[in-house]
Amino acid sequence: MTKKILAYIDHFHGKVQSASWEGMGLAVRIAADSGGEAAALILGEGIKDLADQAFHYGADQVYLADHAVLKDFRPEPLTDLITAAAEEYQPDVMIFPTTTRGRTLAGMAAVDLDTGVMVDVINLDWGGGKLSATRPIYGGKLFAKLTCSSSPEIVTLRTRAFDKPEPDPERSGTVTNLDVKLDPADQTTKVLDHQEKASAVSLSDASVIVTGGRGTAVNPALTPPDDLDEEAVEKWKAEKGFALVQNLADVLGAAVGASRAAVDAGYIEYDHQVGQTGKVVSPDLYIACGISGAIQHLAGMRSSKVIVAINKDPDAPIFNFARFGMVGDMHEILPPLTDGLKAYLEG
Amino acid sequence: MKIVVCVKQVPDTAATMVVENGNISWGDAPLIINPWDEFAVEAALNLAADHGGEVTALCLGKEEETEAIKHALAMGADAAVMVSDPALEGSDNVAASKVISAAITKIGEVDLVLFGQQSVDTDTGLLPVQVARLLNWPSLTLVSKFEGITPAEGRLQVVRSMEEGNQVVESRMPAVVSVTKDYGEPRYPSFMGIRKASKAEYPVWSLADLGIDPPSSTIAWPEVSEPAEKEIVTEVIDGDTPEEKAKNLIDKLIAEKVL
Ligand SMILES: Cc1cc2nc3c(=O)[nH]c(=O)nc-3n(C[C@H](O)[C@H](O)[C@H](O)COP(=O)(O)OP(=O)(O)OC[C@H]3O[C@@H](n4cnc5c(N)ncnc54)[C@H](O)[C@@H]3O)c2cc1C
Ligand SMILES: Nc1ncnc2c1ncn2[C@@H]1O[C@H](COP(=O)(O)O)[C@@H](O)[C@H]1O
Repeated sequence: MTKKILAYIDHFHGKVQSASWEGMGLAVRIAADSGGEAAALILGEGIKDLADQAFHYGADQVYLADHAVLKDFRPEPLTDLITAAAEEYQPDVMIFPTTTRGRTLAGMAAVDLDTGVMVDVINLDWGGGKLSATRPIYGGKLFAKLTCSSSPEIVTLRTRAFDKPEPDPERSGTVTNLDVKLDPADQTTKVLDHQEKASAVSLSDASVIVTGGRGTAVNPALTPPDDLDEEAVEKWKAEKGFALVQNLADVLGAAVGASRAAVDAGYIEYDHQVGQTGKVVSPDLYIACGISGAIQHLAGMRSSKVIVAINKDPDAPIFNFARFGMVGDMHEILPPLTDGLKAYLEG
Repeated sequence: MKIVVCVKQVPDTAATMVVENGNISWGDAPLIINPWDEFAVEAALNLAADHGGEVTALCLGKEEETEAIKHALAMGADAAVMVSDPALEGSDNVAASKVISAAITKIGEVDLVLFGQQSVDTDTGLLPVQVARLLNWPSLTLVSKFEGITPAEGRLQVVRSMEEGNQVVESRMPAVVSVTKDYGEPRYPSFMGIRKASKAEYPVWSLADLGIDPPSSTIAWPEVSEPAEKEIVTEVIDGDTPEEKAKNLIDKLIAEKVL
């Protein structure tokens, strides 16, 4: 059966979340196997050039709405357009990235289209006509295979679980402009402001992550200023510890993560938390510094390709999941490790 | 203000999950309120305290799955409703959201529905937005802060998070909000609260009480499995000094083409 696949391209003010192209690539592969076709859906303001990119990544067609009312992320008007596009194109499969926006829009569009969503999928099988999607449940402790008996079948893809295709700058295709019948005076929601985040690298699509745990604050060799109370000393030490983590991350072009214990103790913001109640990540390289490896932390990172653990306790559970383990003080090991890697990468 | 907070019972996050004869089991691990939902209850209680009003905890589940409701009541929720019906066994998210929407409608005159960010068992994070869509109320996900609420004007302002930063959004009410951990630590139930909750009575509504037919589910999960044991051979990196250890690790990373 030939399949029509519609891939939603998630972006922020024109900056695409790379998992969107992973979804585009998957759409193209399913289409190719079934003799069908793949289209991209792009909504926003001033985003016409994204259509070219979608063609480069393999789209046969692009559905586009470029309109001032779509400048900011507001789920209601975006969902209206997604539903309208689906009703026009009649896809068999819709693919979204599992970004904050992608999850929301997939869920809402499913209600409009009276179908279901298979969310945060890490593996997809389309050989049997209907999809069979694998996804982690219970924070990655188990896996479930899902099917959807209604149409369109909607999936959201976990970031980095599917390959990003090589763009082909020669490709092009047809653009269909969607009719935007939205009321600019609609006051349902209004975005008043956007506050940028300090950290430039986002955890979910980082290929290397360096993480600090409670061990960042355990460094008897440091002498803190003597006007600090116990809690302030701990934070002062953690700041030094996380600076070492940050230095290593900078050298590797990596994102900085943290355990919940480090977040709860106020060493670093929640945005950095990895684990069952934080971000779930699967980088190529994960370096855990001063982290014990609690089950809730492991849930968020155990699918990383190579795990390196630095911990002074040889019995720390994290070592059971690490490819390489270093027993020792992270505060002593990180500086020479950072310098050595810097020398290697620059040389 | 009338606030509904949706809570779910889940196995403890420290539980070891196994699959026995195709069924999911957590052994004798304790059952708890979905940890994300504690933040939603905390926000609900603070909003009710600041703006006046009452908080109702709403749970869809088996009648004996009382842990989430009891915890919300012990934290200070004024009332609770359980929705339970044998026909709901194996419901998918869309079906569940239809039932929860119907329950919110039956509760009536609700200004705000709060959700946790997602369930730690199914990890979907879909219910809040699907309930919002069904009720045709704005959906405000991943909210860390409530900056201004004017119940009289039916407006609220929140800070919600995305990958690229935070959005400050003004919205009409009633609205659906999912609350993140960034909101702030949930309170512990007091001794008095726990005693009150253990004696609390609350209605259990069936689908007939809600006046709806069993909604159909289209997502099925015919197969669950434990992760294939990844054969991890841990290599301990030795060295007499930290410098030597660092160098040995770098050599290994190069040799295995990790770098
Ligand atoms: C509902 C719930 C949800 C949770 N969700 C998450 C989650 O999403 N993410 C998460 O991370 N946790 C989560 N947790 C918490 C989890 O159970 C652990 O408490 C937490 O992961 C521990 O963090 P840690 O490893 O930094 O601290 P610890 O367990 O205290 O470990 C610190 C480690 O650092 C080592 N160390 C100390 N000093 C040094 C040094 N100088 N050099 C090297 N090593 C050193 C110690 O040997 C120790 O192994 C959750 C818990 C609950 C109950
Ligand atoms: N059975 C349920 N009863 C009441 N609320 C629920 C139920 N399941 C999920 N929720 C709420 O919906 C949120 C998101 O859940 P989910 O979409 O299942 O990940 C949770 O944090 C809860 O607030």
